[in-house]
Amino acid sequence: MADAKVIPFDDDRSRGGARGPARRRSGGRRQAEPTPEVTALPGQQEQPAQEPAAAKSGRTTPESGRTTPESGPAEEDRSGPEDERQGPRSGLERRVAGGLAFLRRRLTGDYDVDEFGYDRELTEQVLMSLLRPVSEKYFRVEVKGIENIPADGGALIVANHSGTLPLDGLMLQVAVHDKHPAERHLRLLAADLVFMLPVVNELARKAGHTLACAEDAQRLLESGELVGVMPEGFKGIGKPFSERYKLQRFGRGGFVSTALRARTPIVPCSIVGAEEIYPMIGNAKTVARVLGLPYFPITPTFPWLGPLGGVPLPTKWTIQFGEPIPTDGYPPEAAEDPMLMFNLTDQVREQIQHTLYKLLVQRRSVFF
Amino acid sequence: MGKVVLVTGVARQLGGRFVRRIQRDPGVDRVIGLDAVPPEHSLGAAEFLQADIRQPTIARVLAEYAVDTVVHMDVTGTALAGGSRTSVKETNVIGTMQLLGACQKSPTVRRLVVKSSTNVYGSAPRDPAVFTETTSPKSLPSGGFAKDTVEVEGYVRGFARRRPDVAVCVLRFANILGPTADSPLAEYLSLPVLPTVLGYDPRLQFVHEDDVIDVLRIASQDPARATLNSGTFNIAGDGVLLLSQCARRLGRPTVPVLLPAVTWAGAALRTVGLTDFSPEQLRLLTHGRVVSTKEMRETLGFRPKYTTAQAFTDFVRGRGPGLLPPEALSRAVDRIAALPLPGAAAKHPTHSAD
Repeated sequence: MADAKVIPFDDDRSRGGARGPARRRSGGRRQAEPTPEVTALPGQQEQPAQEPAAAKSGRTTPESGRTTPESGPAEEDRSGPEDERQGPRSGLERRVAGGLAFLRRRLTGDYDVDEFGYDRELTEQVLMSLLRPVSEKYFRVEVKGIENIPADGGALIVANHSGTLPLDGLMLQVAVHDKHPAERHLRLLAADLVFMLPVVNELARKAGHTLACAEDAQRLLESGELVGVMPEGFKGIGKPFSERYKLQRFGRGGFVSTALRARTPIVPCSIVGAEEIYPMIGNAKTVARVLGLPYFPITPTFPWLGPLGGVPLPTKWTIQFGEPIPTDGYPPEAAEDPMLMFNLTDQVREQIQHTLYKLLVQRRSVFF
Repeated sequence: MGKVVLVTGVARQLGGRFVRRIQRDPGVDRVIGLDAVPPEHSLGAAEFLQADIRQPTIARVLAEYAVDTVVHMDVTGTALAGGSRTSVKETNVIGTMQLLGACQKSPTVRRLVVKSSTNVYGSAPRDPAVFTETTSPKSLPSGGFAKDTVEVEGYVRGFARRRPDVAVCVLRFANILGPTADSPLAEYLSLPVLPTVLGYDPRLQFVHEDDVIDVLRIASQDPARATLNSGTFNIAGDGVLLLSQCARRLGRPTVPVLLPAVTWAGAALRTVGLTDFSPEQLRLLTHGRVVSTKEMRETLGFRPKYTTAQAFTDFVRGRGPGLLPPEALSRAVDRIAALPLPGAAAKHPTHSAD
């Protein structure tokens, strides 16, 4: 952890303090290309000796960061050849060739989308790589119980919803794709508002989301997809900060009957950390009505700071998948039984709520 | 005894092709083509009757020729040369009413096939992503061809109720494309620059003309074993294309226009007479439409020869290259690839915004 904190600090310093020499050096490095190993080796030998020194100076006297220019170029020198070693020419060429092939397919329209408009290639190559840093670096999402998601076949992931903007859904999608051994793609069910907004609807469709309706959900589940749903909907995502981690009503439990009809398991999922990204202390109902939105959030930073208020707080997230609840034991007509629906809905809701409380007790702080 | 088939709307390319094809079928004795204007293309050995289906004379035709199969193809979105939108609507709705009234009176009619369109589903953000035959649309089409088809289907349902002995087949075609198709979408795709709605990339499905002819033949004959050809069926090629993909494959640049402005632009284009940019066409180009073809495969027993992408490729071949042919773009990418590596590496992050 301490190292992780120190290294970006040093990077900053070398970029700010010693820009001139670093540039010159890197230019020289390119000319001296044929023997990168020779320059790399001394750098690596120096590394263990230099690391604690840099760490010490960074930790004890933070303001002295800019006043130690002699370590700046040294750092740059060390990290430069290291980069060369990690990504040798052939690897870089392969990536460039891959990128150009991707570009060619994109420009000529030679790619496939499924009937929901899901563009797998774009999602994997572009959208995921944009979201991944947010998930890994910004929210530091910790994923537990990923083994509860089946490796193949349909399953319905039911999660709590929070955070004013549906970032939790996107993070869930990244988490499932990156952490699951089968790299499964989560197909989220989104509110109709998503499909009315320009740009948002286009991206949502391409990322594999579809409208939260029984027809679409069942079609996806029956074709063996992993479907994610947040049954609280706007009630959950737009609830005031004071009600954080209190699950709202789970819609009308339609997700249970859909899972029963498709005979797919229900995987409860609890997301901790999303509640605090935009603490919603007020709701400007009039503005919301004028704009046609379900709510208009007022947070300590929004709308006071303008676009800056749109930056979420860097909370630490935990996503826990619970034990799957099988539905294939019920007879086909069970989907028509309202009592069973309510019971199963409550069971899923309780399980998510309990896990939320458990994770909250374990949590050290909102931000770490 | 062979069959006597009456086909309406033969002055159009698609109707003409169907007439030429069906007269070669062994079970068919006689084919009568019907339209208000004489066709420019040949109808082969079929007899052409110049009659307006909006007039009651159609009943006499049915009786005189002892027609047993009626294929109603005169439900179209575009006018033939010189026609106005009003006359198209009249032919669609009043013509269908007259034709159905005549069929109801005719003791010989055994089978009715109606060419409808997936327009009946409309397009709205609240709709499910994939329509099945039983999906009820969230917002009914407010006007234009889409409303015509909804009304036509309503009359056809009424007819089917009143004459349960007649096998009625309604075929809801997705956008028909092909070298000769004259659908509003084909007209739109022939524009040199495609105006699109900013921030929307609709999903489109196409069906090839050849498949249209084939499925109409299946529907107008006795059903094959283990299939049923009465009822309502969605007809579309497999797969889906986004409008952006279509534009790139066509090699035509797109101009994204804000949704309110696109209405004005559409009105302007319509005034100039370039294309029929009707509100329901606009909705299709905003929200897109995809239908399920499960019934077509499993009940009707029809497998289209062309997928959506293949039908589109064939359409592209018939249209010639656009301003930005995909081959040229592909060559441009190759030239970038041929550049020295640092330049190519710099190019790498920029395209990811696409």
